[in-house]
Amino acid sequence: MAKVLMKGNEAFAAAAIKGGCKYFFGYPITPQNEIPEYMSRELPKIGGCFLQAESEIAAINMVYGASCAGARVMTSSSSPGIALKQEGISFLASAELPCVLINVSRAGPGIGGIQPGQADYYQSTRGGGNGDYQVLVYAPASVQEAVELTANAFEIADYYRNPVMILGDGMIGQMMEPVELKEPIIRDASPKTWALTGTGGQRTHNTIKSLALEPDDLEEINLKLKAKYDVIQEKEVQYEAYNLDGAEIILVAYGTVSRIAKAVIDDLAALNIKAGLIRPITLWPFPYKAFNDLPATTKSVMSVEMSFGQMIDDVKIAVNGRVPVDFYGRTGGNVPSPEEIVCKVKEILGGAES
Amino acid sequence: MTVVFKKSVGLTDTEQHYCPGCTHGITHRLVAEALEELNVLDETIGVSPVGCSILAHKYFAIDMCEAAHGRAPAVATGLKRVHPDKVVFTYQGDGDLASIGTAEIIHAAHRGENFTTIFINNAIYGMTGGQMAPTTLVGQIATTAPKGRDPKHCGFPLKVSEMLATIEGAVYVERVSVDTPANIRKAKKAVKKAFEIQLSGEGFSFVEILSTCPTNWGMNPKDSMEWLKENMIPYYPLGNLKKPQEAR
Ligand SMILES: Cc1ncc(C[n+]2csc(CCOP(=O)(O)OP(=O)(O)O)c2C)c(N)n1
Repeated sequence: MAKVLMKGNEAFAAAAIKGGCKYFFGYPITPQNEIPEYMSRELPKIGGCFLQAESEIAAINMVYGASCAGARVMTSSSSPGIALKQEGISFLASAELPCVLINVSRAGPGIGGIQPGQADYYQSTRGGGNGDYQVLVYAPASVQEAVELTANAFEIADYYRNPVMILGDGMIGQMMEPVELKEPIIRDASPKTWALTGTGGQRTHNTIKSLALEPDDLEEINLKLKAKYDVIQEKEVQYEAYNLDGAEIILVAYGTVSRIAKAVIDDLAALNIKAGLIRPITLWPFPYKAFNDLPATTKSVMSVEMSFGQMIDDVKIAVNGRVPVDFYGRTGGNVPSPEEIVCKVKEILGGAES
Repeated sequence: MTVVFKKSVGLTDTEQHYCPGCTHGITHRLVAEALEELNVLDETIGVSPVGCSILAHKYFAIDMCEAAHGRAPAVATGLKRVHPDKVVFTYQGDGDLASIGTAEIIHAAHRGENFTTIFINNAIYGMTGGQMAPTTLVGQIATTAPKGRDPKHCGFPLKVSEMLATIEGAVYVERVSVDTPANIRKAKKAVKKAFEIQLSGEGFSFVEILSTCPTNWGMNPKDSMEWLKENMIPYYPLGNLKKPQEAR
């Protein structure tokens, strides 16, 4: 298929439909409005349903209902809206219901601003709702990667019976790039025999629940979830390792910031500083193994984020004290500039030498 | 021996956890009987709330799911949009529906969602131990209203059916009670009517059922029925508040 120029948000929506999405429930919030707008135009054409909910809370619970019904369903929002959905996401994970969530994140806290931010790392990877649970979190760095991850997300959600989140910052959502919409990679998900469809007199009734009042019963459910999360951690990690050989400093960045980091690596090369990049594509499961074989030349691993430092926690776990872990970040909707990052790298490496 | 009464096949044999004298059991039976008589048990999907009836899915022999506190109408919306040809209902208490879930019930009615809500008004939070609900009567004692509900402090009890009846999309709204055999028969008729309206695709149908909570009211079951009759019915009058045009 030929490439077409698409805005990130529309590309998310088109890719979701390619991935089999037939139902969408959402509530308006900038900078993701083009997603529900696209869905409201396109889903009725394929016999699906778009519905604007009265709130993000209602939207995620409509997703829960549609997922219970066995459908491929999605919602999208931005940071404060995702915060409101967290109770529902915890319920979906607990009841092992597949769905796809898109967060076109903006800067916070509170209502914050509408410019891009990456301060939703915690609420995405740490279980923003209550209890021990995980959702798979993918962080695209281009519109092309966004469409591939989104189209594949429905298969993955069905396969693991788990919510899958695409965390794209406001920059990815708003920029235009040429994209090719590809067919999703098919997984062998089991048929949804658990779905609520009415018994049709053909089987005993199905129940989808979250409550388990006996501690041993609940622990058993949690252990089953944990076993699933262990498999996901084993099999689903994705990352890009770029220019690591002989690197004095390794930048760690995802989404928009990872693209800036690549420009920084070229700028540093011109200054005779060898730098590399580890770019997590899955934020959960985090690519800890990407840090297993740090080059002997590496003096620092530096997390660069549009936050005060959230992913840095995982970077520290991954590096485990072998070399110093440094940080550079901007917040409030500011995107770190290559110059700022180069400056910080020079400061770190200069400091390490003295 | 001739059988004069038997349990609806819409109910399982599971022993119910409800307290002695609690009317959830009666109401479950009415719902199951109505669905059985309409011959749609196999095509029905129910949503249980957070509240004493969260375990309703153990007692109904139909496909069901639990919803987060107050969100059953949103969950039912998702179910019904995927399966417009199935019968969908929510079963919700007054804390669930009239407090934390007001936005969801109002907007389900507002969109004219073609499902049915059975609303159990027992004027108290049962499951959590007798705290004040939006429906708690003036002067009624609750664990968080130890001197009785004071309307100057926390308002007057909310009349949900009256409120929903003002909404265009709510096509059938009726308030019934289960305090006497005669009222139980009327309640059954209303529940069945609500499902019939859903089957005819007319829009949102809603039945409020005045119910008792002997445990948290601190009364025996018989006195609870009396209390319902003497205190609840005068404030929450029984009867139809809205029905489709042709049925008027
Ligand atoms: C988000 C959330 N808040 C609070 C609770 C605690 N809670 C459980 S049941 C309930 C109230 C139930 O009362 P009602 O809806 O009147 O039903 P009843 O138990 O009387 O049948 C509350 C507040 C909860 N489970 N979830």
